[in-house]
Amino acid sequence: MGMQRGHRARPLEWVAERFILMVSLSAILMVLLIFVFVVREAAPIFTGRMNSALIKETIPVEKMDSLSSRELRDYLELTPEQFAAMDRDTLRLMMEVKAEAMNELPEYIRDDKDARVNTTKWRYMLLPHRWTGYDSPEYIWQPVGQIHKYNILPLIIGSLKTTLIGLLFSVPLAVGAAIYVSQLARPRVREVVKPMIELLSAIPSVVIGFFGLLVMASVLQGIFGYETRLNAFVAGIALGFAVIPIVFSIAEDALTSVPRSYTQAALALGASRWQTAWQIVLPAALPGVFASVVLGFGRAIGETMIVLMICSASVVSWDIFDSARSITTTIAAEMAEAVQGGHHYRILFMLGTLLFVVTFVSNMIGGIVMNRLKSRLEGGKA
Amino acid sequence: MNGTASPAARKGFQAERFDFASFFFSGLTGLATLLILSILAVILINIAANGWSGLSWHFVSTIPKKDFFNPETTGVLPMIIGTTIRVFLMTIFVIPIGVITAVYLTEYASQKAPLTRIIRAAVNNLAAVPSIVFGLFGLGFFINFIGRNIDSLLNNPGPVWGQPALLWASLTLAVMTLPVVIVATEESLKAIPPGLREASLALGATKLETIVRIVLPQALPGIMTGGILAISRAAGEVAPILFTGVAYYMASLPHRLTDQFMDLGYHVFVLSTQSPNIEQTRPILYATVMVLLMLTFALNLVAILIRARMRKKLRALG
Repeated sequence: MGMQRGHRARPLEWVAERFILMVSLSAILMVLLIFVFVVREAAPIFTGRMNSALIKETIPVEKMDSLSSRELRDYLELTPEQFAAMDRDTLRLMMEVKAEAMNELPEYIRDDKDARVNTTKWRYMLLPHRWTGYDSPEYIWQPVGQIHKYNILPLIIGSLKTTLIGLLFSVPLAVGAAIYVSQLARPRVREVVKPMIELLSAIPSVVIGFFGLLVMASVLQGIFGYETRLNAFVAGIALGFAVIPIVFSIAEDALTSVPRSYTQAALALGASRWQTAWQIVLPAALPGVFASVVLGFGRAIGETMIVLMICSASVVSWDIFDSARSITTTIAAEMAEAVQGGHHYRILFMLGTLLFVVTFVSNMIGGIVMNRLKSRLEGGKA
Repeated sequence: MNGTASPAARKGFQAERFDFASFFFSGLTGLATLLILSILAVILINIAANGWSGLSWHFVSTIPKKDFFNPETTGVLPMIIGTTIRVFLMTIFVIPIGVITAVYLTEYASQKAPLTRIIRAAVNNLAAVPSIVFGLFGLGFFINFIGRNIDSLLNNPGPVWGQPALLWASLTLAVMTLPVVIVATEESLKAIPPGLREASLALGATKLETIVRIVLPQALPGIMTGGILAISRAAGEVAPILFTGVAYYMASLPHRLTDQFMDLGYHVFVLSTQSPNIEQTRPILYATVMVLLMLTFALNLVAILIRARMRKKLRALG
């Protein structure tokens, strides 16, 4: 059999090696595909070709021939496939229908200055605008009713608010536990405690959300006595539960990768265990602790179900006892009611792109910091 | 930690000067650890205490009618089946790709090569992509791109493939859990003593033969661990399947790849947020959470046990 083939040329080996290489490229391919296909669905927002205004300039049917086919397609809001399948008469009919529909809009909408606003422009998505019926310019996310308002600032604040609360709660605990487990605890204790903290990451986020909603919300309200039972504070603490295992395991990894010679030298010089941990090991592993916080941030800002179940009203407020609606929550809650290919749908994909970029960057930073630290500490060991 | 002084000497050392700061801060970090453990304990005990009574054979073996909020008649059989099938399908896709990638990374790739680094960075990044973005990706890629193209190739009158389905949810989850399988497999491949490979090569086996007949069988427990961890991660995930296949209610069990399905995790979400009367739903909600947790924890436990046995075996070998 093959065993006897010795060192002769082996075509099978060559083919298998190529095949293995090709398959292993799939991880790269997947990251690219995720980026390309999430951006693809959001592309009209980025290129500014989406128009959500209720009242648009109508083009008289007679002018049909003066339009290029691209202009006509955009005007009728058709996909390339739909456009290709239609003949001239259908297109003409659609133009007529469109013009008529504009004329049939009720009076109160035609009088509303906001009906002419394309709410998917960056100006309206990022800056405050004084909408009809409001006294001052405001940031509003309200993708329902006649005029869809798409200001993403409330969502960004919602995400940051819950994430920061989660980190403020979880980082001290997780880093403290990492110091204890890696530096101070007896090996016996460590062997029990470490897998138990990691078990926390095995709890599905929908279960943490459920626990926050049914149990924690009332308990925390009892303690702090705030008004809104379901608020960013509860969501943040629950998020913290999900972040703890990540911060813990990365910080613990960084702390244990500090060479033994460091601790031995410190202990030999008469430092106590705590002094060694605090003044020698922690400073040496500090970049790793930083990386753990960055990666925890990525995890928290991308978490969906916990925040979705606990709070979801979109308000611009940094008050932690107010409700909050995060980016992830918005995508999860509104995708079902968004019309495929419509502006709401595209904007949700735009938010997904934003989320992807933010977590990608934070993961890159965390990874690079961690790699540098490890190679430096390993270099120091030699 | 690594004790350098003998216990007796250390004792004398500490008695000599009691360092209050040391004592205080060590206690503080210990307290942090204790607090995390008690959070875990409170969650688990609360769920177990409230969920146990609602759990019954009737509950796990009944297909509920549309009104699944009624504690008397409801059950979670279709959700258990839906979750099981989607997770099983996922492993079929993810394990071969994950294992082959891990084999490339440990057995073939040169560790310093740029390509290897890029693959590793991609695996890392894939692990950090938020689960809801996987959902968007599944919708944008699998359903709107692949599914619709299949439909237009087959000239289907309406969408058959171009809509949320079991297949697309499983594929989305497979992409999501790819890093889990790669990392676990890599770990087990690295743990195999190089002597085994060298012996096989010295006997004249080719590299491929060594991998297929010597390395992979040895790594099997590690590969299984990776698969189980992927399953336990995917079983509880809801966000990636929201737009790619899960159904609020289905009268029948899924029997085609293009069917939608009901799901345990999503059912927890539905029961806790859509219930008309939360007090009435509470027992079945707790029982459903209990079933979901038992499923994921049992899987995790199996993974931990396999890993422990594998370590023991390798230690004996090494």
